[in-house]
Amino acid sequence: MKIIVCIKQVPARDSQLRVASSGAWIQDADLSYEINEPDAYALEEGLQLKEKHGGEVVVLCAGPARAAQTIREALAKGADRAIHIEEEDLGAFDPLGAARLLAAAIAPEKPDLVLTGLQSDDLGYGQTGVILAELLGLPHATIIMQVEKHDGSIRVKRELEDGWFQHVEMPLPALLTIQSGINKLRYATLMGIKKAKNKEIRNATASGLGVSSAAPSIQLSRVYLPGRSKQTQLFDGPPKEAAAKLVEKLKFEARVI
Amino acid sequence: MSILVVMEQRAVQGPPAWSRMSWETLAAGQQLGRELQQPVSAAVLGQGIESLAAELTDKKLEHVYAVEHDLLKDYTPDTYTAAVRQLVEKTQAAIVIFPHTYQVRDFLPKLATALSRVAVSDVVAHRVEDIKLVLVRQLFQGKLNVDVRFTGDPPYFASLQAGAYRADTIEAGSAAVEKFSPQLTPSRTTPLELFREAQRAVDLTAAEIIVSVGRGIKEADNIPIVQKLADALGAELAASRPICDSGWLPMERQVGSSGQTVAPKMYLAVGISGAIQHLVGMKGSKTIVAINKDANAPIFEVADYGIVGDLFQVVPALIEEIKKAKA
Repeated sequence: MKIIVCIKQVPARDSQLRVASSGAWIQDADLSYEINEPDAYALEEGLQLKEKHGGEVVVLCAGPARAAQTIREALAKGADRAIHIEEEDLGAFDPLGAARLLAAAIAPEKPDLVLTGLQSDDLGYGQTGVILAELLGLPHATIIMQVEKHDGSIRVKRELEDGWFQHVEMPLPALLTIQSGINKLRYATLMGIKKAKNKEIRNATASGLGVSSAAPSIQLSRVYLPGRSKQTQLFDGPPKEAAAKLVEKLKFEARVI
Repeated sequence: MSILVVMEQRAVQGPPAWSRMSWETLAAGQQLGRELQQPVSAAVLGQGIESLAAELTDKKLEHVYAVEHDLLKDYTPDTYTAAVRQLVEKTQAAIVIFPHTYQVRDFLPKLATALSRVAVSDVVAHRVEDIKLVLVRQLFQGKLNVDVRFTGDPPYFASLQAGAYRADTIEAGSAAVEKFSPQLTPSRTTPLELFREAQRAVDLTAAEIIVSVGRGIKEADNIPIVQKLADALGAELAASRPICDSGWLPMERQVGSSGQTVAPKMYLAVGISGAIQHLVGMKGSKTIVAINKDANAPIFEVADYGIVGDLFQVVPALIEEIKKAKA
């Protein structure tokens, strides 16, 4: 089974985010980056499916030069090779444009299965996988918690609201968006890291793929800190002092202790 | 120019029933209609949905579309995309809005792509500037907001976050049901039965006080720190999704959109940043307390009381003070 896993590099989770002076995005110069968490689960699922059924895992990533680090880490975990669509200003592409980039790289590979995380931790549209499925003409299912391969088809467990699930069957090739927690993530081994150095990373570009960022259908016009819906009473000082002040409020004002 | 609200129904147990969020979306549609001076219609898709469609006839709407087909009985992305697409083309709606449910997340991007559009997903608010719609959505798990504008031609698609609009503002009126039968071919995906995992042993909804733990706890071995806090308060211990994903606490203790929805007297969030998926499961709590090292964490947007600090120092101090207060 040939599996393509789409991964994205995003600012590390505990980043202190500041809005850029332009107001159009964040200050991204000093940030550290990591793999988008749901994509890490998608990669792990791809690797486990390959281990069970044989085949190949190809990692696909669109992003600036720094994304090569995240791609290397995916190769170190066991992906066989990678395609890096090197694009310095991915922000110029709307979700459809970004998916067109990925689709142009995926189509000639003719994979049996395409996996993505269910959403990104930065923009959080939660749309890339489904848009890709439509562009590639593939059946899809989203927010997947289990994948079983049968002969020429798959049966997946889809997560729904309030603790409900549903099994869905579909023929291959297909696309799935993977939910965090579907599996247990592995760490790269030393051997894996060594091997990754010799694995192929093929570079592609938007112009090479024939995709342009012109005429997006939506535009992000201003980024800002959200307003507070409640007036929060914050207690500071040494932990002991802050804790004492909080407990007093909980006892005499909120009356919950 | 008109606005179309696509309501959601689902037959989980028994006959088709509304997804509650649909009413919030209907209220939002009416509000947009007033602000943009456009007529508003609503649609419901499925099979055997006459009585649901009839419930919309006493609302202030231009049309109520009952989109009926045998192939719409069980949701599939192929059939729902084709049906809504045909309805949008028939009605020439300029703005089409949906509740941001798991189902909508599964097919709305496909629909928008089929029409070479981009849907704005998970919208939390909007405003109208120069008769143009500006949508507000969240970035970075709720740490920042962003204004989004449509730049191309309509139709414009958007899905609205749970709780972003109030269902109790729906305007009454009268509208007739119009049946619409789309042309559909069978879906490539086959939906099977809906099910729940084994009965939940822990009913968090019954707890008066909940202490909930998130990523800030760093590792499984640190869980006893918050367990002690829960014990001191006589509280149930709960968690955000990543903690249960990692297996540090069982899934049945998860609060949020994919776990339980709770509204206790006090909800004490420890090391939880407050992504929307978590907030929707607890923001109805009477008193919310947050302990987090990041002063900009979205959890503080809903907290009544908070301590910005290192939970590994704050929680032991808090346990001591609680014991004193209870003595």
